[in-house]
Amino acid sequence: MLVPGLEFPHLCAQCEDYPCVKSCPVKALSISEKTGAVLVDNKICIACGQCIDACPGRVPHMHPKEKYIVICDLCNGNPQCVKVCQEGSWNVLRVVERGDEPYRLYARKPDEITKDLAAKIYGEGGGEYL
Amino acid sequence: MILGYAGKFLDIDLSTQTIKETKFSDEILKDYMGGRGLATKILWDRLGAKWETVDPLGPENLLLLLTGPLTGFYPGGRTCVSGKSPQSNGVVGSTLSGEFGVELRCAGYDGIIVTGESEKPVYLFLKDSDVELRSASDVWGKDGKQTVSVLTRECRGLLGTRYPKYGEWKEPAMLYVGPAGENKVRTAVVSSKWAHAAGYGGYGAVMGSKNLKAVVAKGTGPLPEVADIKKVKRLMDTVCNNVYEGELWRRWGTGGGGYEFGHKTSSEPIRNWQEEWHDEKGYGVDKFENRLWMKPYWGDFGCPTTCLKLAVVKTGKFKGAITDNPDYEMQAYLGPNLGIFIPEENVFLASLLDDLGLCGIQTGNVMGFAAELFQEKILTKKDLDGLELKWGDAEAFATLAKKIAYKENIGETLAEGTYRAALKIGKLKKMDLLPYAVQSKGISIGAHGIRSGQDFPDIISYACSVQCGDHTSLASLPLDGGGETMQIFNDSGVYCNFNSFGVPRKIRFDFYRAVTGLSLTREEWCFTNALRILQLQRIMLLLGGPDLTWNPKIHDDNPSRFYTPLPTGPYKGKAAHKAEVEEYKHRYYEAVGWDKNGIPTAKILRKLGLKDVEKALERISYD
Repeated sequence: MLVPGLEFPHLCAQCEDYPCVKSCPVKALSISEKTGAVLVDNKICIACGQCIDACPGRVPHMHPKEKYIVICDLCNGNPQCVKVCQEGSWNVLRVVERGDEPYRLYARKPDEITKDLAAKIYGEGGGEYL
Repeated sequence: MILGYAGKFLDIDLSTQTIKETKFSDEILKDYMGGRGLATKILWDRLGAKWETVDPLGPENLLLLLTGPLTGFYPGGRTCVSGKSPQSNGVVGSTLSGEFGVELRCAGYDGIIVTGESEKPVYLFLKDSDVELRSASDVWGKDGKQTVSVLTRECRGLLGTRYPKYGEWKEPAMLYVGPAGENKVRTAVVSSKWAHAAGYGGYGAVMGSKNLKAVVAKGTGPLPEVADIKKVKRLMDTVCNNVYEGELWRRWGTGGGGYEFGHKTSSEPIRNWQEEWHDEKGYGVDKFENRLWMKPYWGDFGCPTTCLKLAVVKTGKFKGAITDNPDYEMQAYLGPNLGIFIPEENVFLASLLDDLGLCGIQTGNVMGFAAELFQEKILTKKDLDGLELKWGDAEAFATLAKKIAYKENIGETLAEGTYRAALKIGKLKKMDLLPYAVQSKGISIGAHGIRSGQDFPDIISYACSVQCGDHTSLASLPLDGGGETMQIFNDSGVYCNFNSFGVPRKIRFDFYRAVTGLSLTREEWCFTNALRILQLQRIMLLLGGPDLTWNPKIHDDNPSRFYTPLPTGPYKGKAAHKAEVEEYKHRYYEAVGWDKNGIPTAKILRKLGLKDVEKALERISYD
């Protein structure tokens, strides 16, 4: 929410080519066979931040106190964010089957998403609030 | 240390630009909890001895930004803003929603105490324990929306540079004032997120008088440790489930009020309370929903209710106006109260007042007051710089709002709030204008009238309240009912009222116990803790000063308009009756331990452990 009223989840899109995994110099990142999510091995991670720059949406972020990166692991196939969203009957989030889609397109920086949302909700010139 | 508190408070002196940390003893936190309660205690301890001489807009006043132990845990966290009020000269615990309270607690602080006055405009930026005062010359004079844009950009940039390997920073939370606050307008608010505001009390002016434009906070730590985390989670679910069942609040917020409180309960201010009933179906919630709401649910962190709706005017003369719902108070005070019954015009005015940093209730009230004086030909076109203040003319009211925010000509008088403006214009015109001022002890009355008897406030709710016209802190009996004492609980635990509707009181005390590990029963709270806070607020209100003091015999009363029968609607002819009000008032005085003149007795003060306050009783004057 860089602009009030324009909230959105800024989460891992699980790009089909996994640029973050490729960028890791110590192989701390791997791909879950079950869900396709990126898994972080906290013990191996050296907190270099290269995966952040490799990510087209700059989604990974560093743990504020410890030295390892945080990336959504889809809660091992049972995402808790989806659970609470549905419990509250907002139904904004849902679990979908992984298909053959260009997921990378969904990985976008918060500023980019905000700009598009602003134009959509606040009309032309809405991006100026950013 | 008591659990549920971060344990530290920031103590900032802007005159010397010093930043210290301070703590309060467990006893104080136990007795006063946080938010409104703790604010009362801090103000009494630091300013009580010289209360009458403290200028609310001077450097010695305090600006308090406090959270409570339940902030961040009870769904719908808020922040309490307090200090000596430039409206009532007493203490008001004014709360506003947003992420600020949660960020502050995650940064390791329970609150911020600001004193002094900075030479140049500054803003406070804190990331965990890194606290600094930065120049605000770039944003000084900027409106609300611009301030949010510039400071979000600047602070995210700072975080990005200082922590280059962190990744993308979510925006920090921010409290700020608009141009009205900078210009020390007594109806100015402390705002957050464009449309949220701590309005009652006029603390925007206090913040502006300190040359403090904004406070920006980012916390990366967890919330404070609690006594029983499993129980807290279970209680959070209970509160959320209760809210999910109340579909009405989630879907419309208070947006239905603009029509319902007028049509059904006859308690909506219309043309400065000349009437309280209307049947303008064009002002129904469906019109707002279909034409203006761009986003059906807009809420803050952790809030299951999301009573906010994003209202955007897409076409026409007022294109580009953005605000929340508007909620009922804004719908009423910036709508029918000014003779406006068109949703787009209402959104336009609400958006403008957000930008200027003015309180919709206080400013709507004072503009309605001015318009009625124009109707009665007491104020002329010449007095208003050529402005024709006709009912329903949104653009004229917009011009007037700008005059108020920038204190231009007539705006300078109206910027003093309804009561002071009535005295000032009255003196000029040699008339008693107080009958036109619908306020209680300097604070305009919330948009819930008492004449029809159908709305929630009682006939003494505003007259006897320590927060005066505040419709969220209403004097009522019995003391352990759902009224004033529980509202003090909400404001001291610092969470949103709206998430407590329909939640059994037991759950709220269970929540407090699960978070802090302390025992607290409803009886203890209602008859001891809350009552203690109430006495302190009352004493500081009666001490008043320096420009005005209140005499309970005269001022513990409803505005005279409430004694005039309703002229229209199904409750035509109904009004409050002086004898009934007097009788109820004295029953209330007795219940809270005040004598027949409305002054707290030495007996009740001693009983509540406020022996040191007793001496102050001698200082309360009657003129």
